[in-house]
Formats: sequence, structure tokens, C-alpha cells
Amino acid sequence: MSNQDWEEGGPERLFVITRGRDRQQAAATFDLVTLIVARSRPVPTMQPEHAAILRICGSPLSVAEISAYLRLPNSLVIVLLADLLADHKIEARAPIPLATLPDLSLLEAVIHGLQRL
Amino acid sequence: MDFSGSEPVRGPREAELLPATVATAVKVVIVGGFGVGKTTLVGSVSEIRPLTTEETMTEAGVGIDDLAGVERKSSTTVAMDFGRITISDELVLYVFGTPGQERFWFLWNGLFEGALGAVVLVDTRRLEVSFDVLGRLEDRGVPFVVAVNSFPESPGYPLDELRGALDLPRTSRSSSATPAPGTPAATC
Ligand SMILES: Nc1nc2c(ncn2[C@@H]2O[C@H](COP(=O)(O)OP(=O)(O)OP(=O)(O)O)[C@@H](O)[C@H]2O)c(=O)[nH]1
Ligand SMILES: [Mg+2]
Repeated sequence: MSNQDWEEGGPERLFVITRGRDRQQAAATFDLVTLIVARSRPVPTMQPEHAAILRICGSPLSVAEISAYLRLPNSLVIVLLADLLADHKIEARAPIPLATLPDLSLLEAVIHGLQRL
Repeated sequence: MDFSGSEPVRGPREAELLPATVATAVKVVIVGGFGVGKTTLVGSVSEIRPLTTEETMTEAGVGIDDLAGVERKSSTTVAMDFGRITISDELVLYVFGTPGQERFWFLWNGLFEGALGAVVLVDTRRLEVSFDVLGRLEDRGVPFVVAVNSFPESPGYPLDELRGALDLPRTSRSSSATPAPGTPAATC
């Protein structure tokens, strides 16, 4: 199918990629800054978007970075990530839960890091 | 975009790879009115070439401008610039610059959830554009600091006067050993 057949990011295209899978549940699992690391190699039979994620996640990448490199909306990327996680093809390093914030030692680490800039 | 076609997905450059040991990522969100310098700030603190992530929202979800009862479902794409700062081998900080149209920031699913805090960037030539933002952050309980971006033609108000204008809680000098309660504000 050519690019002209549908609007990039339009609802039809997004539906095809996610095959209508539930976004709500995926949204609860992944934050913009959840770090993703590939745990297996892409194979040719995979959906191309899944393969692309595995290819670029050799080193940790945030969900936001994956969305940027794939040029796909964030909510769609997390549906794809949910598939890969269910298949044990990626590891997800979740941000610290909100309840534990503000963690003073974490804030101090951030501040020290920023002061070194 | 066609994934199997001529344009392969390119990932990070070699120099931009995070250490495999990074276990935790935290985020800070930069908010502020149209053209106050959010994108410039992201670009100047980021160690990577700033990237853009986007979110698609249906107008039905956006709601604010819709006529009541009118069923309308065109989708709106909102883009956000962001950068990254590696703090240590275990910790990385992401800095997100929100788009100029503020009604979208608060609809972006999970943008403020779990954020360490927000930086409200203000332009003294147009302070009033920040009022709504400050209110919304307070409502959500998002910790924030205020940063005053100086442009050559900006009137240089004393920080105390700006605090008053923005109705920020007072604080003693930020250099004190124990941080005093109040909203930090600084010029930059
Ligand atoms: N002199 C001066 N100019 C600045 C500064 N920060 C930003 N600018 C300029 O102000 C203009 C707007 O800056 P942006 O960073 O694009 O602002 P923004 O908040 O991202 O704008 P929107 O995304 O459109 O809301 C650009 O021309 C910048 O070069 C600053 O500290 N000093
Ligand atoms: Mg901008």
C-alpha cells in the first residue's frame, strides 16, 4: 500500500497496526519513560513494527524515544510494546512508582547530575 | 510511512546509546506559553539531538472547543520535543517540552503522572499566559519551579515582583542549606 492511500497517523492506519487491540491496558503498563531493552532478535516473519523495535532497542531506550524513531504515536507504540512484552521479547524497566516519590536520594542524584552540566 | 519499504527505521547513533546498566528513568516536563523558549531549553540541556514524540487524540477526547452534543471525531496530533540527560550509570533524566497549545498538555495520557516535576517557563512580556498553567499544575499536585526566560527586550522585573504577579508562595533564598517551603523561581 502506498503512503498516499491513507493519512499518516490517521485512524485507519493506526487500527491496522494495532489490529484493534486494547490500548487502555497497555497504557497502564508503559510510561513515556519506561525503558525498553530487546531480549531477542527480530525475525522476518514478525510484524515490521515489532521487528523495528527489537532492532533499535539493543541498548535501553525510553518509550518516547521509540515513538520518535518509529515516527508513530506514543499510544500506538505502547500497544506494540505490550505484544512484545507478552511474548517475552523485551524487558521493560518501569519508572519508580509515583507513591515512592519524592525519593530524596533520587532527587539528589538528579540535582547533582544537573549541576555537573 | 511504509515499514517494509525504502525508508528503514533508524535508531540512535552510536554516541547516543545509553549504558546497558541504566535501570531508572525520570522525567521533567517543561510547560509555558507559546514561544517562551521551551524547545530552545530542551535543546540546550539535552545530550542527544532533541527528538519528537507525538500523540494522536480524537477531538471527541479533546472536547473543549466542541459544541455540546455534536458528535465529531477528527483526530488531532500533538507533538512534543524532548531531550535526555544521563545522570549516572543507573539513572537517566528525560526533559519534555510541551507544545504551545496548552489545552493539550493535560490531556496527554500520563505526561505528568510520575514526573519529578514541571518547569514553568515564563516570559515577562506575557506573564498572563502562565496563569492558567500554574493553576492546573497546582490542581494536579505537580511540583513545579518557575524559570524566567530573559529576552533582550524583556522588561527586567525583580524576582519578588514576579512572584507577587504570579501569586507564588514566598521562599527564602534558594541557596540556603535546607530548602524553605515555597515555589522556587529563578531567572535565566
Ligand atoms: N534572546 C533569547 N531568545 C530566545 C531564548 N530562548 C528562546 N529564544 C528564541 O525565542 C523563539 C521561540 O523559542 P522556542 O524555543 O521555539 O519556544 P517554544 O516555547 O518552544 O515555542 P512553541 O513550541 O511554539 O510554543 C526562538 O526564536 C528562540 O530562538 C533566550 O533565552 N534568549
Ligand atoms: Mg516548541
